[in-house]
Amino acid sequence: MTLHGSEIRPQDAPGPAGTGTGNGNGAAAELPADLQDERLIASHGLSGAVSAFTARLRSGDLGSVPVVVGLIIIWAVFQIANSSFLSSRNLVNLTLQTTSVGVIAIGIVLVLLLGEIDLSVGSVSGLSAAVLGVTFVNQGWPLVLSLLAGVALGLVIGLFYGALYTRFGVPSFVITLAGLLGFLGLQLLVLGKEGSLNLPFDSALVGFATRSFLSPALAYGLVAAVVAVYVLTRLRGRAARAAAGLSAAPTSMIAIKGAALAVVLLIPVIILNGDRGVSSMFLLFVGLVVATDLAVRRTRWGRSVVAVGGNVEAARRAGINVRMIYLSVFAACSTFAAVGGLLAAARLVAVNQSSGGADVNLNAIAAAVIGGTSLFGGRGSVYSALLGALVIMSISNGLALLSLDSSVRYMVTAGVLLIAVTIDSLSRRSRQAHGRA
Amino acid sequence: MTVTPAPAGTRTVLALRGISKRFGAVQALKNIELDVRAGEVLALVGDNGAGKSTLVKTIAGVYTADDGTMEFDGQDVRVGSPAEAQQLGIATVFQDLALCDNLDVVANLYLGRELRKGRALDEVEMERSSWALLRQLSAKIPSVRIPVASLSGGQRQTVAIARSLLGDPKVVMLDEPTAALGVAQTAEVLNLVERLRERGLAVILISHNMADVMAVADRVAVLRLGRNNGVFVVSDTKTQDIIAAITGATDNAVSERAARRTREDGTAS
Ligand SMILES: Nc1ncnc2c1ncn2[C@@H]1O[C@H](COP(=O)(O)OP(=O)(O)OP(=O)(O)O)[C@@H](O)[C@H]1O
Ligand SMILES: [Mg+2]
Repeated sequence: MTLHGSEIRPQDAPGPAGTGTGNGNGAAAELPADLQDERLIASHGLSGAVSAFTARLRSGDLGSVPVVVGLIIIWAVFQIANSSFLSSRNLVNLTLQTTSVGVIAIGIVLVLLLGEIDLSVGSVSGLSAAVLGVTFVNQGWPLVLSLLAGVALGLVIGLFYGALYTRFGVPSFVITLAGLLGFLGLQLLVLGKEGSLNLPFDSALVGFATRSFLSPALAYGLVAAVVAVYVLTRLRGRAARAAAGLSAAPTSMIAIKGAALAVVLLIPVIILNGDRGVSSMFLLFVGLVVATDLAVRRTRWGRSVVAVGGNVEAARRAGINVRMIYLSVFAACSTFAAVGGLLAAARLVAVNQSSGGADVNLNAIAAAVIGGTSLFGGRGSVYSALLGALVIMSISNGLALLSLDSSVRYMVTAGVLLIAVTIDSLSRRSRQAHGRA
Repeated sequence: MTVTPAPAGTRTVLALRGISKRFGAVQALKNIELDVRAGEVLALVGDNGAGKSTLVKTIAGVYTADDGTMEFDGQDVRVGSPAEAQQLGIATVFQDLALCDNLDVVANLYLGRELRKGRALDEVEMERSSWALLRQLSAKIPSVRIPVASLSGGQRQTVAIARSLLGDPKVVMLDEPTAALGVAQTAEVLNLVERLRERGLAVILISHNMADVMAVADRVAVLRLGRNNGVFVVSDTKTQDIIAAITGATDNAVSERAARRTREDGTAS
């Protein structure tokens, strides 16, 4: 190899064809810039994609595979035990039950991405529900104002956590443990003596959470629109990569993925339409998941969150405002908790002392972990909130169908959580062994 | 590689005055004075633990100095964070590289200054220019879409060096950039250092390899036990003098050198 004296100009570096200093074989120049290294195992087309996927799995990069497999097993077991489990009616119920825990779990995924934890999401959700109940029912505030008060409360609590964490370096575990107790106390105080409030059944909020479903036509139209947007963005991304001289997925691959997405969306929609249909509240949850996922994967903020979760010091030295990242993530988590609390109150048409209590907290945290977000920080997907919440609520729904009481439910959920955490730890070890930690 | 001495009267970009830094009972830096000029390669040498990395981190805003002032482009500046140092135009390759293992090569290269299209990250453009940049460093990196954790030590070092070149810096600090590099990649980095100088940048190069230092540096600043121990102009200094300053034999350098020379003459003939 010869050393060449060409100018280094990082800003306006020459095109991908490059100067060909590397391999010295003429063919390299014609390959896309990212496929020129001789050591790359050629993977083309569908079989290439499949083998790349299995190789990733074997190295411990499991992603959401365990939770999808787990969900299928859980559903199969319950369906065998009780044939009404996978009925349209019960699945619609499941979507309604999943929403509030799922929304709270989105926030948990964000703090876990940072390698932190928020143990107080249950209490915060209960407190925001209490604020909604007292201001809306007792004080007669306009609904919108009450809702905003609940959400704003979550935001303020999160900023408070973030400030404590970044100013004084108190571990998030301790801060939020204090929050768990403190805000439970505040919830009881806000609710006062009677301790229980019923929301008016005819209010828009209750209607949204219990009676609002998409018409079948709208649901199918939405599926078509989502698939179309997906395929179009994929095609545009492909064109952009090709124009930049990078390898691009074959159109057949995009077509297959688009078709798979259509099937994955259509089947549940068809089943749900067999009963009341797709719940507006559930759609809101899925929308929040998609939006948060895009924020994490496609924005500078999200990239910074993952970087801080992976290596705080490296992120700081790269010029990232680490404080702002912690602050924003704690704020987002508590805000999602507050929203989840409001949705739970709306669905149950009531606010009481046990709102946000009992297992809300641990269900939300378990959902994020079961969904495949690592407890060790820097690794995970917002979709784990959706998948994990479905697992948790499927268990509780299925056991209720079998008329088993909460004693069994707690133990089964605990077992699933343990399995999920073990998978996380094992796959982390495997990643280390395969150099992908 | 020929060394052209820095043109006389070149502008001083970075000046340190009386910088001190202590860690608990350890006085890591004491009254450090340093001038770095545009279009010059300044080598910073010293034994293990001499305080080189501490000095680099202080300039880069990772540590704040206990004492002393820093001038950048003739202005008094206080660098309170790495972000502020970057805004001034100080880019650094740290000895421990400071990469995020869970992110891929592209994400690491552009961390903190991602290219965007609207509000979304422009992954395609970042990947394209990553390849172009890495090619120029003769980087042997099979894919830029794998986590940095799965790269070899030298590949990681190349990524860290490439990262320092993005964003149009005025001063580039390289803390042992070639420690893990292969022969060809080391030569590329030394070429790169010279090209940075030709473009009028100031380069601070830390290295234990005296041959590399003598080959590319214009001046050599020696640190010893956290203090300045002399600045040498490479074109009229012998390696032995610098080594003597590093090891602390400056007091009787002349006699020692004379002694060694007679010994060498004796063995050579
Ligand atoms: N974060 C820290 N905390 C405490 N002491 C430190 C810290 N960083 C450096 N030191 C001490 O400061 C002194 C200088 O360390 P430094 O890393 O600057 O040395 P160096 O010149 O870069 O050495 P090397 O050639 O081995 O890289 C050492 O005695 C070291 O123990
Ligand atoms: Mg060092």
